Amino acid sequence: MKLSREWLGEYTHIPVSDKEYCDGMTMSGSKVEGWEITGSGICGVVVGRVESMARHENSDHMWVCQVDAGQGQRLQIVTGAQNVRPGDLVPVALDGSTLPGGVQIHTGRLRGELSQGMLCSLKELGLEQRDFPYAIEDGIFVLQEPCAPGDDIRTVCGLGDTVVDFEITNNRPDCLSVRGLARESAATFRTALSLPEPSVRGGGGEIRDMLSVEIRDPELCPRYTARMVKNIRIQPSPAWMRRRLRASGVRPINNIVDITNYVMLEYGQPMHAFDYACLGQGKIVVRRAQEGETLQTLDGGLRALTPGMLVIADGDKPVGLAGVMGGANSEITENTATIVFESANFSGPSIRRTAIALGMRTDASGRFEKGLDPQGTVPAVDRACQLVELLGAGDVLDGIIDVVGIHPQAVQLPLEPERINALLGTDIPQPFMEQTLASLGFGLEDGMITVPSWRGDCARCADIAEEIARFWGYDRIVPTQMKGDTAMGGYTPRQLFLRQLGETCRAMGFYEVMTYSFVSPSSWDRIGLAPDSPLRRAIGILNPLGEDTSVMRTTSLPSILGVLATNLSHRNLAGRFYELATVYRESDGPLADERPVLTLGAYGEGEDFFRLKGCLEALLRAVRVKDVRFQAEREDPSWHPGRCAAVYAGPVRLGILGQIHPRVCGQYGLDRNTLCALLDVNSLLDVRSGDPSYEPLPRFPAIVRDIAVVCRQDVSVGQLTDCIRSAGGSTLRDVRFFDVYTGAGIPQGKKSVAFSLTLRSDDATLTDEHAEETVQAILAALRDRLDAVIR
Amino acid sequence: MKEMLQAMRDAALAAIRQAGDMEALEALRVRYLGKKGELTAVLKQMGRLSAQERPVIGQLANQIRAQVEAELDSRRAALADALLEARLKEEALDVTIPGQAPALGKKHVITTVLDEVTDIFVGMGFTIEDGPEIELTTYDFDRLNIPENHTVREWTDTFYISRDEKVHLRCQTSPVQVRVMDKTRPPIRILSPGRVYRKDEIDATHSPMFHQIEGLVVDRGITMGDLKGILNTLMQKLYGPDTVTRFRPHHFPFTEPSCEMDVQCFECRGKGCRVCKGEGWIEILGAGMVHPWVLEMSGIDPAEYSGFAFGVGLERLVMRRFNISDMRLLYENDVRFLDQF
Repeated sequence: MKLSREWLGEYTHIPVSDKEYCDGMTMSGSKVEGWEITGSGICGVVVGRVESMARHENSDHMWVCQVDAGQGQRLQIVTGAQNVRPGDLVPVALDGSTLPGGVQIHTGRLRGELSQGMLCSLKELGLEQRDFPYAIEDGIFVLQEPCAPGDDIRTVCGLGDTVVDFEITNNRPDCLSVRGLARESAATFRTALSLPEPSVRGGGGEIRDMLSVEIRDPELCPRYTARMVKNIRIQPSPAWMRRRLRASGVRPINNIVDITNYVMLEYGQPMHAFDYACLGQGKIVVRRAQEGETLQTLDGGLRALTPGMLVIADGDKPVGLAGVMGGANSEITENTATIVFESANFSGPSIRRTAIALGMRTDASGRFEKGLDPQGTVPAVDRACQLVELLGAGDVLDGIIDVVGIHPQAVQLPLEPERINALLGTDIPQPFMEQTLASLGFGLEDGMITVPSWRGDCARCADIAEEIARFWGYDRIVPTQMKGDTAMGGYTPRQLFLRQLGETCRAMGFYEVMTYSFVSPSSWDRIGLAPDSPLRRAIGILNPLGEDTSVMRTTSLPSILGVLATNLSHRNLAGRFYELATVYRESDGPLADERPVLTLGAYGEGEDFFRLKGCLEALLRAVRVKDVRFQAEREDPSWHPGRCAAVYAGPVRLGILGQIHPRVCGQYGLDRNTLCALLDVNSLLDVRSGDPSYEPLPRFPAIVRDIAVVCRQDVSVGQLTDCIRSAGGSTLRDVRFFDVYTGAGIPQGKKSVAFSLTLRSDDATLTDEHAEETVQAILAALRDRLDAVIR
Repeated sequence: MKEMLQAMRDAALAAIRQAGDMEALEALRVRYLGKKGELTAVLKQMGRLSAQERPVIGQLANQIRAQVEAELDSRRAALADALLEARLKEEALDVTIPGQAPALGKKHVITTVLDEVTDIFVGMGFTIEDGPEIELTTYDFDRLNIPENHTVREWTDTFYISRDEKVHLRCQTSPVQVRVMDKTRPPIRILSPGRVYRKDEIDATHSPMFHQIEGLVVDRGITMGDLKGILNTLMQKLYGPDTVTRFRPHHFPFTEPSCEMDVQCFECRGKGCRVCKGEGWIEILGAGMVHPWVLEMSGIDPAEYSGFAFGVGLERLVMRRFNISDMRLLYENDVRFLDQF
């Protein structure tokens, strides 16, 4: 909302600088986004009288003018314009002056003739013809304003006004008006406020003889007020009105249109004017649109209407889209003789739905959406008629049609000073509270507050507390430390666990990343998911920003691959990354199954399957997950079929790790050597063991024996290890794989695998014989069960 | 014979003192004290001595043996010291050569600040709560007193999951408040950080997904002064003890009175500069006293209890704190960026 301080001054005089005004208003709740002085781009431009003119000797169209610009001596100025005559008063940009856009004017020579400045057009002053309808577009701005040579052009053109741009919050549509902001300003600066009620002479005949109004849907239109004007004389509006409109960001059109806009700005009540001649049967009917009805709106668009939309109709057809825009079929034209001013109140949600459905948000609909004061219709329409009379734009008819569909009850509530102070933590005296409420137009009698009709946002004690607090000053509320019972704060075991996972990953060189929760549905193809993969059943966003962010991820694999790809393309040669990434899967209820997945990704020199597997083993050990097993996973199409393993803790599947399938790497522009792992955090939480219990340190020395066995290629190290463990009994304390070998000395189709065995007894120093017994038992088991013989 | 022994001793001691290395020293030991050494040779001639001389010479010989041995030991120690010194000298390193660091990863900068904030509040007796990101409109809008015609509900502002507008991507972490108030009775002190979603195009200062931290306190006697106190504490912990805040009235449907909190520009200290766009203040967060309707909808009597709530965009805190000018960097995850924090 743009507010002219000059206009504001009509209601209350605020004797402070622009900066102080803006700061004060911001601190009382009307946030100032910025402010500017109109015409501030103009400097050094004054009124000049053209004393004489002569043809330029070296030009067939230029004139050399002698100008009295109140500078003591006459100036010689060359112009190419043809509309200037001796005696004209014109804007003169003096030597060293500045025009909007930063243009600087200096004395110079034009085709040999001295020119000590420039005569200006409207455009050069940043104005347009609508601001001064008597001026021409392509020529010098010949002034008809009362002025004399030497006068500052800003004063003459009504520039130099301060325009303050307010951010008005949704709850205060009343402040989308000059009068509303005047009330706030007066309350902020404790100045006197004068908001005169409009008065209308009338005398043009009785409205009821010509017009009837019917509201068919009072829910959607609680009130409809109309007045009429005949003998319309369409003209430009006077300078003061054009200036104020322009300062408010509205282009002047003609007196009738300008009056409706002026009243909307002044009162916050949108107005519309119909050409009476276009209203069939002299009737206005406020009703829902019928199926199949259409309306061409003022902007030229043909709108298909639906029964959800409220229209203003005459006896037979819609003539306006209620609260949004008028119809072209009842538009004011130069031939309009009689008009109907509409000042109505419409239900906000309905207007909003209509405006959205038709994609036409207008200034009017934006105001109605927020819910306007139903009591505001009569003063606004009266004000419009008062302005018609003031401007001589027509003859106002007597009487007013005011159809009230719903009578709102005034809200009353007690003033509770103690409760207010208790909520705010203040000691605000009651008289201050009363004064503040009075200055905002609240009634107060016997301790009961009557909320004014325009303050639909105030219904409870807390609302009143805010009104008082913002004028008392939020900065005067003393910061305190809250009292009350000591509360036991802290992190849950789950939250601590998540932190621990992150810490462990970082200790192994993984950087944490954050990726979007939504991905492109093309990701499923890129990671090679099978057509019937359940992971393709992603939760979609109905109105996404774009395809790339249109479905919620069911797996974090595309996200981490994207991170790896970004880094590789940025020429980062290697990288290790992790994310505690939430994935979103369909659930039985209306919401999603949202679960965090610890996602690891690595690429670059030195990274391979066993490195990442080692990281996973270390991580699982760090968070006390036991009985970890890795099982070859050959079926998952995202992964290298021979370099992928499912991770288990006992029977519980925790996740997957491995090298990414070369085809998937190709999709992401990744190197073949890309490794990832996905671990379901909830499962990790389920299987991790509790606090460890201390085990005594060994008192007797251990014996270490290395063995190498030759077995078939398809026997896995895991199988061999399991076999050794089960055969080793309690003496075998550790089995460490350390080598696998094929080649010279090993038969075709076989391999040699070497293990280091640690043997120990808790009761005595182990004898060589006893150790040998155990090793022999192990070798026998390997031979019998896996056909693995000592090398 | 006595003279012979003494001469031998003098020669031996002199030679030992001059021995240049361990081998030379060992040779001297063998030469003088060995089984076929000079001392032994002399002692072998003891038989020719008189009974009177024998003990005297014997004693002298033992004395000399001890002297020579002592000299050998001390020379050996001196040589060993010299040897060690020489080796240490040889082993000297250029300590300015860079070390071999183990690779350590880092927290994402968003997590860094989030952890700091949660630690501060946990220290003040808060617990951390989370809730679903795909949320019911009931919790995100209706129960927060957001009217039906509020712009946030529009399809241009919020990502919808269901056609009937009953499920959407939460646009704030405030629904967690409601979920907590439904299952807990005051006193309530919670912080709910998490991902939120708004339909903003991606640019330097906007992202369709970002993080918010929501705080809620409900108890008897909670005042707006308490709200100011806790937010001042937070800002001073995050930005330093000199941080100056300002509270302005504002409007949120779920709080009344509502406010926005600005921090005095760190760059110009309130004078107005490029960073604060001339205002001298930088908007940080929104807050207010929990709206009585919101309390009532969770069955908490506003006549007995009051509370405050605040919500702050984590990215904004992060960017301000570390002078990050483009929000896209936070989600691009270039390791050269991640490594800076």
